[in-house]
Amino acid sequence: MRKNLPFALFTAVITLVLSLPILGLKLTHEGTKLVLEGATQSTYVYIFLAAAAVFLSQLFREQLNAAKAAVKPKGNILAKLMPPEEKRDMAGKIFFVVLLIAAVLIPFNTGRIWSDIATLALIYVILGLGLNIVVGLAGLLDLGYVAFYAVGAYSYALLSQYFGLSFWVCLPIGALLAATFGFLLGFPVLRLRGDYLAIVTLGFGEIIRILLNNLTSLTGGPNGIGGIPKPTIPMLQFDPEFSIVNLEFSRRAAEGNVAFHEFFGVPYDSSLKVVVLYLIALVLALVTIVIVRRLIRMPVGRAWEALREDEIACRSLGLNRTAIKLSAFTIGAAFAGFAGSLYGARQGHISPESFIFFESVIILAIVVLGGMGSQIGVMVAAVLVVLLQELSREFDEYRLLAFGMVMVLMMIWCPQGLIPMKRPHLQLKQE
Amino acid sequence: MLSVRDLSMRFGGLLAVNGVSLDVNEREIISIIGPNGAGKTTVFNCISGFYKPTSGQITFKGKQVQGLPDFKISRLGMVRTFQHVRLFNRMTVIENLLVAQHRHVNTNLLSGLLKTPSYRKKESEAMEKAAYWLKKVDLLPLANREAGNLAYGQQRRLEIARCMVTGPDLLMLDEPAAGLNPKETRDLDELIVSLKHDYNVSILLIEHDMGLVMGISDRIYVVSQGTPLADGTPDEIRTNPDVIKAYLGED
Amino acid sequence: MLEVILYFIQQLINGITIGSTYALIAIGYTMVYGIIGMINFAHGEVYMIGTYVAFMAISGMAMLGIEFLPLIFLVALLSSMLVSSSFGWAIERIAYRPLRGGNRLIPLISAIGMSIFLQNYVRLGQGSRDIAMSSQISGGWSFGPEDGFQASLSYIQVLIFIVTIISMTVLTLFISRSRMGRACRAVAQDLKMANLLGIDTNRVIASTFVIGAALAAVAGTLLGMYYGVVNAFVGFIAGLKAFTAAVLGGIGSIPGAMLGGIILGVTESMTAAYFSTEYKDVVSFALLVLILLFKPTGILGKPEVEKI
Repeated sequence: MRKNLPFALFTAVITLVLSLPILGLKLTHEGTKLVLEGATQSTYVYIFLAAAAVFLSQLFREQLNAAKAAVKPKGNILAKLMPPEEKRDMAGKIFFVVLLIAAVLIPFNTGRIWSDIATLALIYVILGLGLNIVVGLAGLLDLGYVAFYAVGAYSYALLSQYFGLSFWVCLPIGALLAATFGFLLGFPVLRLRGDYLAIVTLGFGEIIRILLNNLTSLTGGPNGIGGIPKPTIPMLQFDPEFSIVNLEFSRRAAEGNVAFHEFFGVPYDSSLKVVVLYLIALVLALVTIVIVRRLIRMPVGRAWEALREDEIACRSLGLNRTAIKLSAFTIGAAFAGFAGSLYGARQGHISPESFIFFESVIILAIVVLGGMGSQIGVMVAAVLVVLLQELSREFDEYRLLAFGMVMVLMMIWCPQGLIPMKRPHLQLKQE
Repeated sequence: MLSVRDLSMRFGGLLAVNGVSLDVNEREIISIIGPNGAGKTTVFNCISGFYKPTSGQITFKGKQVQGLPDFKISRLGMVRTFQHVRLFNRMTVIENLLVAQHRHVNTNLLSGLLKTPSYRKKESEAMEKAAYWLKKVDLLPLANREAGNLAYGQQRRLEIARCMVTGPDLLMLDEPAAGLNPKETRDLDELIVSLKHDYNVSILLIEHDMGLVMGISDRIYVVSQGTPLADGTPDEIRTNPDVIKAYLGED
Repeated sequence: MLEVILYFIQQLINGITIGSTYALIAIGYTMVYGIIGMINFAHGEVYMIGTYVAFMAISGMAMLGIEFLPLIFLVALLSSMLVSSSFGWAIERIAYRPLRGGNRLIPLISAIGMSIFLQNYVRLGQGSRDIAMSSQISGGWSFGPEDGFQASLSYIQVLIFIVTIISMTVLTLFISRSRMGRACRAVAQDLKMANLLGIDTNRVIASTFVIGAALAAVAGTLLGMYYGVVNAFVGFIAGLKAFTAAVLGGIGSIPGAMLGGIILGVTESMTAAYFSTEYKDVVSFALLVLILLFKPTGILGKPEVEKI
């Protein structure tokens, strides 16, 4: 304890230096002059309490560590709650089915606001799963993922505005366009080492955002694009003649389409379009889950992970690292484009503001929080992050502060995430 | 099969390898020995394409390979292990062997997503091959363990198995016996000889364990400070005065 | 014709001014990267905090009635260096040290978290509005015809050059002459070996964060006085620019950071002047990508030999 004293004092002083100027003093404009104001008394009390806490925790560091070691359960807490290894597969399937049933029932039990939020959560599930391929599996830190999301959203908005293409046509186009962008960016930059890649992708994200902001004639600049149509559902029609019509869920259908309530002769319900969008999102999220699940178990998925684990070993075994990284980057981007089109349909209006760097960070946080590589973890984290964001709207000032702190603490305490990835158990014939 | 002529590698001012030549014929076990820091691993890195040699010629199966990217050289049928084991630690043992067969399996995305018959067939072939080699190196019961959790000797064996599933003609082993106990070294000895006899693989070996080297090598090259010192059969090397001097002088 | 030349010279002066401060921030990236091989993502925030503290010191002294300019500048500089260095130290301690040696992505992510935390920490204390300060050092020299375009070199620009050059010289001397500087170079060469030889590597790593932060604070003070505006989010872009400068010059190289900073600053001011202000960030990012593609080691960096 004695030997800890100087360091404890030092950290306490540092705490004061870190907090007194920033929290204890406030720069304010008074006319044309800039003046300093003090903070409230309670702020100072808190600052000194914090310094005292840091002092004591450093002074009694050994004792605290010993106490922590005694209390701390071995291994991941959630992992302990999980069923044993052999039954995991079955349990996972049951859990998934229950979850799916619950997901289908959401819009019928809750109001339109919650269906809308749930749609957003599903969009983040798709984004999280897509980025999980790039970051979690292939180990490529992509900080510009939002750029591909923007490509998807803008491609739907623009294609529907200029060419009147429907959601279902734009969805694959958006994914394809985003994938093309991913390919074109990835081709030159994937040779770079990890941290450089992070910065270059970050820069790319910013370039896309600046372009969206400034190519006013095409993208509407900072105002963005409005009036993006909601998806329609194609339906067979027998009367007056046998044909396919696109059903719309608004009060009045656009030219050439038919309104749902008129088609079926039911009273108009304004919440229906939200519910339908949610169900579409659910289907798309399911498609994503299934595809990504397959990919992970395919040769390409194994190669992604191998590359993350040891690039040199991969090369020595004849794996073409550029091609493999590129496939991860491109496929990841495609899912972002997918999610982007859906986002455009949900919002009805998009602007560059929705595609800032922070959005990339949120998606990254979902991957990290859930557990890099872990599919179920990423899904849970996506729902959690969206819910927390919605619930904490009133505490806006502290929300991002806590967000940043959680990211740091997660990395320190539990870098493998809430639900760490589990390895597939492969059955051998000879066994 | 492999022929290296006048290989030199310079890092800045340091000439790490200077005029090394060597030949490996079919079904031969060739060793490179020499004191620490003699440039043996650098020779390996040049042959396998991780370094671009400053000068010299490397021919493999009649094809010039110097300057080719590493992964292409490996695909020609020349694979290597590393001085410090390089496994895919967080992947399972069997997955390690499946990754190594990447270019033999069906990597078409669509057929994988749809699980077409040809895809399934290739996958099960890969699994069988992996299982075969796991059995050969005594790791079959550990197939679903994470590779990083294996004991050191097991990791060494897994690394060799991982090379073998790629179906190489030339296997390059960088100090495979380092860190092994005497029993494991004897097993390794048997394994290497069996690779040559039963699978027609040539082996190029860097090793410090003289017992192993003298016992299994057909020919030995001695390198000291980057330059070739001597070459010949184990008996010739054992009695070569230059080699004795280099080794005794070293000690 | 004269006008065209003067206009060009003006852009050159402005570019070099901005570029010198980029160089100061870039030192922090270059030193940390040189030693632990990681990007300190929260470094831009340290710079931003430096500007805030300098503004606080300046307005505090104005409230006390102190008008002696050199004293104001010195106090502002030292106090922002003190606070920023403390932040640099804390960042290393919290977001890097516990994570050293594991997966490389993990410290990078924790540093991103740290960067978001610091932005919002400052926003919490200082609000999200821009803080503007009237310039303390005004005036300068002008060249050119009385009735036409005049190129000007302001006193604050001269101050920025001088302080940057002094800082760089002191740093270079420190690295090449002092015990700690020697230890720094040893750790940059081979961390494990340095550790075995009895160098306190933890201390060396911590001091690179502190030194980098102190120089970022110098940049924060100077740029704050030059632009006269700050908010909690200026660190992000400035950090990105400085990182670009570090890569451009060759990461790990101190003269490289200086060179990279100036090239970037000049490129930017030229783009803004002759092309478009909106696209100046695009041009600097594009520059970064091009450099990384064609000369990943930067202009003055040494090529790396892959350790196999």
